[in-house]
Amino acid sequence: MFKILKKTELAPQVFRYLLNAPDIAKKALPGQFIIIRLDEIGERIPLTISDADPIQGTLTLYVQVIGKTSMEMSRMKVDDFILDVVGPLGNPSLIDLFGTVVLVGGGFGIAAIHPIASALTQAGNKTLSILGARTKELVILEKEMSVASTKVHVATDDGTHGTKGLVTDILLKLIEKKEPIDRVIAIGPLIMMKAVADLTRPHKIPTLVSMNPIMIDGTGMCGACRVTVGGKMKFACVDGPEFDGHEVDFQGLLNRMNTYIPEEAEAKEKYLKETEGKCRIAEIVQIYG
Amino acid sequence: MKKYAQPYKTPRTHAPEQNPEKRRKNFQEVSLGYTPAMAQLEASRCIQCKKPKCVIGCPVRVAIPDFLEQVAKGNFLEAAHIIKESNPLPGVTGRVCPQEDQCEKHCVIGIKGEPLAIGKLERFVADYERTHQDLKPIETVPSTGKKIAIIGAGPAGLATAGDLAKLGHEVVIFEALHKPGGVLFYGIPEFRLPKEILEAELDYLKRLGVEIKVNYVIGKIKSLDELMKEDGFNAIFIGTGAGLPYFLDIPGENLNGVYSANEFLTRINLMHAWEFPVFDTPIHHHKIFAVIGGGNTALDAARTALRLATTEKVMLVYRRSREELPARKEEIEHAEAEGIEFHYLASPIDIKGTNGWVSKIVCEKMELGEPDASGRKQPHSLHNSAFTLTTDSVIIALGSGVNPLIAKSSSDIKTDHHGHIEVADPNINLTSRPGVFAGGDIVTGAATVISAMEAGKKAAQGIHQYVMKFEV
Ligand SMILES: Cc1cc2nc3c(=O)[nH]c(=O)nc-3n(C[C@H](O)[C@H](O)[C@H](O)COP(=O)(O)OP(=O)(O)OC[C@H]3O[C@@H](n4cnc5c(N)ncnc54)[C@H](O)[C@@H]3O)c2cc1C
Ligand code: FES
Repeated sequence: MFKILKKTELAPQVFRYLLNAPDIAKKALPGQFIIIRLDEIGERIPLTISDADPIQGTLTLYVQVIGKTSMEMSRMKVDDFILDVVGPLGNPSLIDLFGTVVLVGGGFGIAAIHPIASALTQAGNKTLSILGARTKELVILEKEMSVASTKVHVATDDGTHGTKGLVTDILLKLIEKKEPIDRVIAIGPLIMMKAVADLTRPHKIPTLVSMNPIMIDGTGMCGACRVTVGGKMKFACVDGPEFDGHEVDFQGLLNRMNTYIPEEAEAKEKYLKETEGKCRIAEIVQIYG
Repeated sequence: MKKYAQPYKTPRTHAPEQNPEKRRKNFQEVSLGYTPAMAQLEASRCIQCKKPKCVIGCPVRVAIPDFLEQVAKGNFLEAAHIIKESNPLPGVTGRVCPQEDQCEKHCVIGIKGEPLAIGKLERFVADYERTHQDLKPIETVPSTGKKIAIIGAGPAGLATAGDLAKLGHEVVIFEALHKPGGVLFYGIPEFRLPKEILEAELDYLKRLGVEIKVNYVIGKIKSLDELMKEDGFNAIFIGTGAGLPYFLDIPGENLNGVYSANEFLTRINLMHAWEFPVFDTPIHHHKIFAVIGGGNTALDAARTALRLATTEKVMLVYRRSREELPARKEEIEHAEAEGIEFHYLASPIDIKGTNGWVSKIVCEKMELGEPDASGRKQPHSLHNSAFTLTTDSVIIALGSGVNPLIAKSSSDIKTDHHGHIEVADPNINLTSRPGVFAGGDIVTGAATVISAMEAGKKAAQGIHQYVMKFEV
């Protein structure tokens, strides 16, 4: 059982949690993730570890409400417990002195890019972060990102904050200005990561993207998380989550992400209906007596 | 006690089964097991050989004639205690062991008649004990003060843990998933091995003093070094299994509706997807399934698929013929009776899709040639023999490789070129690293529950010797 110590709403439907998980906190490195299961009838979902405090024994997590599980988690309170948390999983991001690194965080992906930006800056890199979102209030962690990076650029689709446009517009400008970019790391929606990779490919800028496909075990046992990279099958949970953006088959992955859309909607709807009246605990009691 | 004069003339008592028409749409157990009277009748066919060959056929050397004698007398709890001296999971092995190739194959009565139904009797005894609450307090043994870490709660790890706890060691099992049992939990379906039985046998291990920590992926949360140096474990057993699914490496494997058997079975068994939306994990509602492969995993996947509410048809596509099917005979017969469509001598070469979802598979016809090194006839594809099967889901059950997580995180554990952990002496199962032992599928590649348990029991002996020598 893992206790929620703090919970903050950062933006509409985006929450930050501080979770008590001392063993995982001791080992977690930037780029790694955990898999959680809320209760006995819950599903297993991966969440990026955005920060880990080995002394306090805590993990910082961000959750955006999309499906049923994230919605349910958004309704959990401080002092509530999460039944299962396993990690740290996946390979940590490679932290080294590269020179100039551009970090692109799209929407909720900013939470995942933040620990990597901090570590790269501390390692002596010049870190240029580009944060993108639909609108101003969805640009999360801007303050934290300006502390973590050498410079921060912001782009919003509707122009309510920073440059009006896409993260790739800013990246393109940096490239055109002949900014010597040694590495790009992009985390965000698949479409965004694909656009970043397409942009950097002709310039031969090494570009890493972080994959967050459907996962179950997170140990390489099920193959649900498979992605094609350079024509080869890889498992994001054990071979990733970061891969060479120029080699990833985004199209295949976009298709696979659609597998459970109808079921997700069904589960969410059922949950919403039920939580109006009867509570979930009653359901668990019904099953487990 | 009454003995039959000519036991080989007395027919074997067959345990009743759920009718195929009914069971093909439910997840309840297929075999209903013996009644006490049936068990006594069957057990009384044993002639109590002086040198029982059945015991030699049993990898963990259960004292078979002894327990059969007690069953014949109606002393079922006594029989259970005899079995548990060498086998902590009789409810499991009584159900999933290939007895026809082991104990029952060696039964002398089988020479002239039908062998004793040792498996069904073992199962009966375990069930009897479970339902009769014989929670006889377990004798406490003096503590040795030694701590042993077991990695992986599959049959190998569980057997090791049981034996070590009985010797007085402090045993902690670290399991990656949220439930212990390994393949017994996530792989073998409810209708072959009800989870309730597994849980009861896990409880027995806990009563022996074994601690099970779930959600611990060793190699990630802790290294072998940390277990030994920081957490003070005197020895380690690695029983992490062969859980890395193979794919076919043909076009279309990333289409929606393609699953590894591990994913499909895990969704159903571990995550209860067949009870979606009461449970949160879904499995897509397919109508037709094509399962590729012919082992236990393929049959389990096929029969599980059949039981899902929306399934209309399940095909099993195997590249050899019925004779070469590696699955257990009982499973094959059950699958046939339930209406699985077997397509022999066929091998898929392409999975075709529409709008990103599977729509059919293209297969080639095969013929069988000379036996290969494994003794099985090698299949060859026939020229211009491609044909298609319409399906909206493909489950790939071609076996699995070993999980490289531990070996990757600890370079002093030697592995062969397939990634199997090497052990020098199979009687103690010590790896290349002092104090670290291994056994089960991680050493042999995908094998059987009982062979994993045998390896675990041998390692327990090796570990015991190793940690006790520390003393002097
Ligand atoms: C679907 C299916 C049906 C089968 N049917 C039969 C049958 O009828 N009869 C039979 O005899 N055999 C059968 N088998 C084979 C049998 O199940 C295996 O041979 C046996 O389970 C191997 O036991 P094991 O303990 O070595 O590994 P496993 O059962 O695979 O257990 C390994 C455990 O280790 C855990 N683990 C892995 N890595 C780590 C890590 N780094 N840290 C912590 N934990 C870790 C895993 O999560 C798992 O729980 C079947 C197999 C499958 C897949
Ligand atoms: S999540 Fe199962 S293999 Fe990656």
